[in-house]
Amino acid sequence: MILLVLILLIGFSAAAYWAGRRLARRRAAGTRAHSSLGYHGAYVLLWAAIPALVVLILMAVFSTGIQYQLLLADAPEAIRALDPMRQGAFWYDVLTVADGGTPQQIWAGPQAELLQSEAQRAARIGGLMTLGGAVAAVLAGLIGLGLALRRVAPQFRARNRVEGWIAAFLFVCSAIAILTTLGIIASLLFESLRFFQSVSPLEFLFGTQWSPQIAIRADQVGQTGGFGAAPLFVGTFLIMMIAMLVAGPIGLFSAIYLSEYAGPRQRAIIKPVLEILAGVPTVVYGFFAALTVGPALRGFFNGVGAQLAGGPLDSLGQYLMLVQNQMALVAGGVMGIMLIPFVSSLSDDIINAVPQSLRDGSYAMGATKSETVKRVLLPAALPGIAGAFLLAVSRAIGETMIVTMAAGLAARMTLNPLDTVTTVTVQIVTLLTGDQEFNSPKTLAAFGLGLTLFIVTLGLNIIAQQIVQRYREQYD
Amino acid sequence: MTMNPDLVAPSREPRQGDVSALDTDRNPGHAEAPVPTVVHPGLTGPIKIKAEDVSVFYGQKQALFDVSLDIADKAVTAFIGPSGCGKSTFLRCINRMNDTIPSARVVGKITIDGQDITDRSIDPVLLRARVGMVFQKPNPFPKSIFENVAYGPKIHGLTANKTELADRVEHSLKRAGLWKEVADRLESPGTGLSGGQQQRLVIARAIAVEPEVILMDEPCSALDPIATARIEELIDELREEYCIVIVTHSMAQAARVSQRTAFFHLGQLIEVGPTEDIFQNPRERRTLDYITGRFG
Ligand SMILES: Nc1ncnc2c1ncn2[C@@H]1O[C@H](COP(=O)(O)OP(=O)(O)OP(=O)(O)O)[C@@H](O)[C@H]1O
Ligand SMILES: [Mg+2]
Repeated sequence: MILLVLILLIGFSAAAYWAGRRLARRRAAGTRAHSSLGYHGAYVLLWAAIPALVVLILMAVFSTGIQYQLLLADAPEAIRALDPMRQGAFWYDVLTVADGGTPQQIWAGPQAELLQSEAQRAARIGGLMTLGGAVAAVLAGLIGLGLALRRVAPQFRARNRVEGWIAAFLFVCSAIAILTTLGIIASLLFESLRFFQSVSPLEFLFGTQWSPQIAIRADQVGQTGGFGAAPLFVGTFLIMMIAMLVAGPIGLFSAIYLSEYAGPRQRAIIKPVLEILAGVPTVVYGFFAALTVGPALRGFFNGVGAQLAGGPLDSLGQYLMLVQNQMALVAGGVMGIMLIPFVSSLSDDIINAVPQSLRDGSYAMGATKSETVKRVLLPAALPGIAGAFLLAVSRAIGETMIVTMAAGLAARMTLNPLDTVTTVTVQIVTLLTGDQEFNSPKTLAAFGLGLTLFIVTLGLNIIAQQIVQRYREQYD
Repeated sequence: MTMNPDLVAPSREPRQGDVSALDTDRNPGHAEAPVPTVVHPGLTGPIKIKAEDVSVFYGQKQALFDVSLDIADKAVTAFIGPSGCGKSTFLRCINRMNDTIPSARVVGKITIDGQDITDRSIDPVLLRARVGMVFQKPNPFPKSIFENVAYGPKIHGLTANKTELADRVEHSLKRAGLWKEVADRLESPGTGLSGGQQQRLVIARAIAVEPEVILMDEPCSALDPIATARIEELIDELREEYCIVIVTHSMAQAARVSQRTAFFHLGQLIEVGPTEDIFQNPRERRTLDYITGRFG
């Protein structure tokens, strides 16, 4: 059906294009037209296709709603008498049957008959609307075509019009991303507001009890007792710190190697490899963490613990023997490895932006490479590198897959890297996966967490961009 | 810092008929134009730097052709010549800065005080402490004024303690004629100074390690006439203590500050002599054409 409509539309547009061209050629015969024939064709095409397309889109968006309203308006008494939930289910099944599907619920007696008759009515209404829509689309297209053809004339500025349409189209494309982001923010804000009506923001930000899973039903005790997200923030912070301790130095040093020490040949190998690493899906890092690094580290610590137990460091040994697969160290460490290419490629750009004249100045003073790096390049690049690190921090905070797979679910206020911790992103995932009632504070808490995360990462990104930007200007 | 063996190998590398831009419009071979191999008429005082048959290649392209030149101590030698003729390239041979350009290869021999600086055993890091360099664009480090001047003494460990270092910084700044202007703001960033002040700052930075030679590559081309005049005065003062080589595009500047002038053209040293002779009665036609503004 949709395919057919599309083919028809394309055929119609092509016809409009040729009509425009031919007409333009005929009318311009002998004179020099303002715009080339192609532009006249394109102009006519736009005027024919866009109205038809608009009508079709409107149909697609609103037809089900209108159909539903029409059905309800003439609803049989027997159905109106049902309770609202049941009514909704009934109409849902009516539409399903009308589309040739099988009903979701079991309807008996008069309801079953009504279901059939109402489904026929729905199909009739639907058919009529499709027909009407098609007629409207054709009419709109023809009217547009007619109007446009009338304007085709040698002096008509078809080129400018078409260029204008193209500019408008491109603008809409770029606006979509921005508008979508605004929509996301709005929905985050809106749902978070609902959440903060039942849980106070202060409690949310500073409370230390996180147990949203308890409050599944309204009649349970402690319904709002478990929404202190501080342990999540601490866990997120801990993992981010571990990740940065890995990614910061290694990324920075590899950037220094690449920009100052590596010859063209090494660069030609290492840079693309790092870029490939940056493209590895995070879920791959996630199972690397959960299945390889976690068990290995656990084995290591358990072994060390077994050695220590019974000795002077007995309690430490006992603790190490109980270390689990899922610990902050594993998630943070692997996340750090994931961030190395990110940090290194940003830092590489920034170090390369330091003017060559500073290097020359330093070498001409008899400084060695490492002295030049340490005393001139790094101080000069420091603001930019700080910006790069902030960007990495913001990625570490928002990273989800690795922590979901390797960090654990226990919300603990701890800075011990060997402990199981949980993060904001992990909790959002657990709160929203599975069947959820959309209104419970438990689900809404995810929006609260999401908003917090969003604000923090947005802030970090803005600050980092500003720093990097200002740094670039400094050397332009 | 490892050295590229090519850079110090004896001149086993003849010009292998490179097809370079330079080759196409330069005189075919040395036979036609009588280019003297070693020219030092009017050289008074001891010779500091002696270059013998120095050629430089950038990759396959030869930029400098068998330059032989003596440079006097306690004097200013000016290098003039049209753009791209190899003045900077030759200057960078003297402190081995060409080592930092991966594609560059230097053949020939350069001695300072009789010591072959192209030799494998010479550490370019130590050499550059003896041969300071000032660049076309002032390039103070993004550090304080004090730290800029203290940079060399610190990395070469020239001073024993803080007071010595401070003394040396003060002395260098005074020597560069900048002390009065910055004495009360040594801790503010060097990049905050004016262009002329920055250039004097990097001269102070260069003389803080007490070099024997100072190379200047168009040190005034980014400066206004007043700042230029100050730098020229400074060069004239420094001449008493150092061997100074200056590249310049300004004939007037060469005439004002230098005692000897060398004229380069298309990678060759055409003529060198006392500055007055070069400007008043050059022996080479090309020199005359250049200084009278007929080309370049
Ligand atoms: N790093 C480099 N790589 C390749 N070729 C170079 C390099 N530096 C200089 N050259 C080439 O060597 C030749 C001499 O250049 P050089 O910079 O020595 O000229 P110059 O006399 O200093 O010119 P200017 O007066 O414009 O500074 C030029 O043809 C130039 O293109
Ligand atoms: Mg130059």
